[in-house]
Amino acid sequence: MKKKFDLEDLDCANCARKMEDAIRKIDGVKDINISFMAQKLSIEADDDRFDEIMKEVIKACKKVEPDCNILM
Amino acid sequence: MTKKQRKELQRIIIAAAVFFVFMIGENLGVFPFMENKLIRFIIFLVPYYIVGKDVVKGALHGIKERDIFDEEFLMTLATIGAFAVGEFPEAAAVMLFYSIGEWFQGYAVGKSRKSIKALMDIAPEYANLLMEDGSTKEVDPSEVNPGDIIMIKAGERIPVDGEILEGSSMVDTAAITGESVPRSARPGDSIISGCINGDGLLKVKVLKKYEDSTVAKILDLVENASSKKSKTEKFITRFARVYTPIVVIGAVILAFLPPLAIAGLKAAGILPEGAVDGGLLEWIRRACTFLVISCPCALVISVPLSFFGGIGAASRAGVLVKGSNYLESLGELSVLVSDKTGTLTRGEFKVSSVIPEEKREDILQLAAYAENFSDHPIARSIKAAFNKDIDEKLIKSVENISGQGIRALAKDYEILCGNDKLMRENGIDFVPCKEAGTVVYVASDGKFAGTIVISDTVKAEAKEAVSSLKKSGVKEVIMLTGDRKEVGEAVARELGLTRTYAELLPGDKVSIVEELEEKLLKNEKLAFVGDGINDAPVLARADIGIAMGSMGSDAAIEAADVVIMDDDLMRIPQVVRIARKTLSIAKQNIVFAIGVKILVLILGALGIANMWAAVFADTGVSFICVLNSLRALKE
Repeated sequence: MKKKFDLEDLDCANCARKMEDAIRKIDGVKDINISFMAQKLSIEADDDRFDEIMKEVIKACKKVEPDCNILM
Repeated sequence: MTKKQRKELQRIIIAAAVFFVFMIGENLGVFPFMENKLIRFIIFLVPYYIVGKDVVKGALHGIKERDIFDEEFLMTLATIGAFAVGEFPEAAAVMLFYSIGEWFQGYAVGKSRKSIKALMDIAPEYANLLMEDGSTKEVDPSEVNPGDIIMIKAGERIPVDGEILEGSSMVDTAAITGESVPRSARPGDSIISGCINGDGLLKVKVLKKYEDSTVAKILDLVENASSKKSKTEKFITRFARVYTPIVVIGAVILAFLPPLAIAGLKAAGILPEGAVDGGLLEWIRRACTFLVISCPCALVISVPLSFFGGIGAASRAGVLVKGSNYLESLGELSVLVSDKTGTLTRGEFKVSSVIPEEKREDILQLAAYAENFSDHPIARSIKAAFNKDIDEKLIKSVENISGQGIRALAKDYEILCGNDKLMRENGIDFVPCKEAGTVVYVASDGKFAGTIVISDTVKAEAKEAVSSLKKSGVKEVIMLTGDRKEVGEAVARELGLTRTYAELLPGDKVSIVEELEEKLLKNEKLAFVGDGINDAPVLARADIGIAMGSMGSDAAIEAADVVIMDDDLMRIPQVVRIARKTLSIAKQNIVFAIGVKILVLILGALGIANMWAAVFADTGVSFICVLNSLRALKE
């Protein structure tokens, strides 16, 4: 499944890159792209575990930048 | 300004006020209590804390995540170092100016993001779905399916691609094409999502789901454009990755090696006691200067921002560039290869000459009567040139002779209208015509009457577009066509093209483009422009595939790297200019940022540049680079 989310308070381009790297390592994530400029996260991941994967994605983002929120 | 930015700005102003009051006061000697080192420390800790609280918090977070090359961590380390060596005002100033720089950076990025968002404000919010009982229901555009009927009221945005069943209106396509003149839309016409309906009520049959509609495709494309990174961006990311560790290691070496070496040399008696000094503190101070400069932010932010701005400027002109890499390639464009029909020419046939000219009316009349019932483009162009009513009662019989033309009995004449073969077969003594275009011979009652030449017309702006491309440094403009040599050369002469390849089969285009690409130098790029309908392989093969006049043709949007939403050829030189400007801004930023940083690093190591210079080299440079990047948005 492919989905897009808005990001809030993503402040640095370097953090976006770090988040991408971290999310790519999560099991079940097929494709990830974070656009710093558009403040968007697009993710492609396994259908049956999607919610579970998103939880890990949120955790990974918080780890890089605690202020940044993924708007679900 | 976001809420967060406003709060941050307040903090900066308060901190700056406190900082400058005490800084100036101290220098004027009005605050005698500041001679006490502890009080002085606390006083400068106040502005430091106000602006730097979050930075220090971020640094602690960085430590927890074991990311020692974290920007906030390095900044904190540098300022704590400055406090430790007694440079209190410097420590506070570094934090203050760092925050100011960050704030401006965020503000500038937010601003350019807003202009991009404005551009992306083409998403329809709802669709009026026609229910079975005749009422309408507002639903999300993604809920309507092909075959559904929707109503579009005056002033509403068209939610999905569809075909008009009832009603007519003028549709504003500016958001999609950049074209300011509204287009008329009548029953039978297809309409494109994202455009705005004028003042008519339209009943529309849905042709595509929302996610397959033009508007969704365009939004997707613009949002993802930044994921295709240009060479320049890749270079800068790689540079940033090694830059910070190198400078940090440099700082550590600078802090400890020189004092140790000097002490060692003194102990060995090579250097006299007290000759070169500065002490450990002096070297730590210099190392802190290094740490302040170690952030690659100016580079990491400003280069992608320039490309983002460039893509934004292009979209505003009705040109979709699918990635920063393509924008970069456009900036290096040196050969433009173009398809003829539909790209350089209108793809519409028009009578270009009638021979002999003095019998024009008669010849056209004969041909128009003969071709009256035909719907072939050639017949249509003859009827359009004749432009008078045709009395159909006068047409007795029409016979189509395949591969030759038409034999008709009309106006009491036996009219023959067709190619040279038709003339020969009927034993007509005709004058062969060598003009470029499609030649139609006309004969009546066994006698040759004259010749009509029909040709495609060149687009009005084509010539100017070609010369403007040449002016902007494009070396060659080459045309490929399946048409006859004479036709191709006539168009090439008219437009001032550098070369033409005519009489090509569809597969030839790819091999010619490949051949031309092989001859290019390293920093030269080739673009192919086509109408996007039959050119998909060439569009994909060329460095840059540009699809023209493809509004609504998703095949073209898919195959091309650059999509020109309206038919205007002038968009090509325009987008090349935007690309060149973007590229030069990105390069200026790189040279400026790296140059200043290296200069301050050297001066800092020698003890000439202090922390103030370092702050400038970090945030000042970032800020200037961001401002410079914003120029890419303007065209």
